[in-house]
Amino acid sequence: MATKLRVVHYLNQFFGGIGGEDKADARPAVKAGPVGPGVLLQKCLGDGAEVVATVICGDSYLSEHIDEALAEVSKLIAAQRPDVVVAGPAFAAGRYGVACGAVCKSVREQLKLPAVTAMFPENPGVDLYRRHAYILPAGNTAIDMAGVMARLAPFALKLGRGEAVGPADLEGYLPTGMRRNEFGARSGAERMVEMLLDRLHQRPFMSEVQLPHYDQVNPAAALSGLENATIALVTTSGVVPQGNPDRIESWRATKWLKYPIGHLQEMSAAEWTCVHGGYDNGYIRLDPQRAVPLDIMRELEREGKVGRVLPYLYTTVGNVQPIERARRFGREMASALKQDGVTAVLFTAT
Amino acid sequence: MAKEIERVGIAVAFFSAIPAIPLNVGAYRVILGKAVPYVLGDPHLTPDHERALRRQQVLLGLQSLCTAVTTPTLLEVQAA
Repeated sequence: MATKLRVVHYLNQFFGGIGGEDKADARPAVKAGPVGPGVLLQKCLGDGAEVVATVICGDSYLSEHIDEALAEVSKLIAAQRPDVVVAGPAFAAGRYGVACGAVCKSVREQLKLPAVTAMFPENPGVDLYRRHAYILPAGNTAIDMAGVMARLAPFALKLGRGEAVGPADLEGYLPTGMRRNEFGARSGAERMVEMLLDRLHQRPFMSEVQLPHYDQVNPAAALSGLENATIALVTTSGVVPQGNPDRIESWRATKWLKYPIGHLQEMSAAEWTCVHGGYDNGYIRLDPQRAVPLDIMRELEREGKVGRVLPYLYTTVGNVQPIERARRFGREMASALKQDGVTAVLFTAT
Repeated sequence: MAKEIERVGIAVAFFSAIPAIPLNVGAYRVILGKAVPYVLGDPHLTPDHERALRRQQVLLGLQSLCTAVTTPTLLEVQAA
C-alpha cells in the first residue's frame, strides 16, 4: 500500500481562526493537523494523504514584509517534510491571493516541492503568480469552498504523487502562459484546415494559441513644475462623507463620486468616514488623511509649492472591484478630471 | 482605474502598501505606502511625526509627477 502523502496547508489569519482584520499583521505560526477549511480538505483527500500541519500568517504581514515572511513560512513548511503544499483557497481576497501565490512560488523554487492554490480569476494574485504556481479557479467568496476543495484535493494528490500534469483546460487550472511541445496525431496542416472550415461554417472552434492581451498604457509626460498645477486627490480607499449619503457599497461598488473639499483645510473624522470592507478601515476613520492627504496639500498650497488642489475628492471603494467595472470607472474619472482641468493626480489605493 | 487616467495623459502618482500589484498591472509612478490600513502616515507615531512622514510621502509623489519615467518605478521614503 502506498504511503500516505504529507500535506501542509497554508491559511491566512481569518481562515486559520486567529482573527479578522485586527490580526492581519499576525506573524507566521504553525498548528498541528488541519485547521478550519483544512478539515474539509482532509475529508476530500481521503486516505491518500494527511494534512500534517497548517501554517497560518496574517495577510498584511505577508504582503508588506514579503521576503522575511516567506522565509519564515518556508522554514515552518520545510520542517513538516510535506510531499505537497496547498494554499488557500483565497477566493477574491486580494492580499490573501497574493500571499497564496507567493507561498506556492517560494515552496516550488526554494523547497523544490509541488504546490497548488485556488482563487477567483480576477484576484491580483493570479496575474502575479500564474506562471509560478498551479492556480485553480474559484468563486468570489467562501460560498464556493466545498466546490473548490473537491477540485483542490485531487489536484494536490496528483502533484504529491509526482504524476504528470497536462494542459490547463484539461486539468482545470488557470493557464500559466507557458507552452509545451508535444507530438499530435494529426499534422498542423490538417488541424489548421479543419479550424478554417469550422470558422467558415460558423461552427465553434478553439484557437490552439491564445494571443495575450497586453493592455499597456504609455506613461503620461512629466510636469515641468507644480506651481501652476491643479492636483486632484483620487482614492479607492472608500473615504466618503459621514453617513455615506450616496450609499457606496463596501465591496463591488457600483459607483464612484466627487465630493466638494474646496472649503476644507483638512479631512476631519467628524465629517468623513471610510466604508471599504476589505481591510481594517479603523485607522482611516480616525484620520481620513491617512488615505486622502488634504492636510499636507493645503500646507503645500500655502507654501506655493503646488498650484492648487482640485476642490473635489474623487472616491470609491476598490474592494473586489470587477476589472471591467474598474476600467469603466477609470474612463469616466479620466474624462471628468480632464473637464475639471486637472494636471496630475495623487491616487491612494488600499 | 489609474491606468485609464494615465491613458488620457494625466500623470498619476500611485500610493500603495502592496506596490507589486500596481507595478505589475502597469502603473508607472508608484510610491510605497506605509501599510494597507494607513497608506499615508503611521498611527504609531506622534501626530507631528505622522504628518511629517505623510508630507515626505506626498512630496515623493509630487516629485515623481515631475520626473519622466519609461518603466514602472517604485519610490520609497528613506528612513532618516
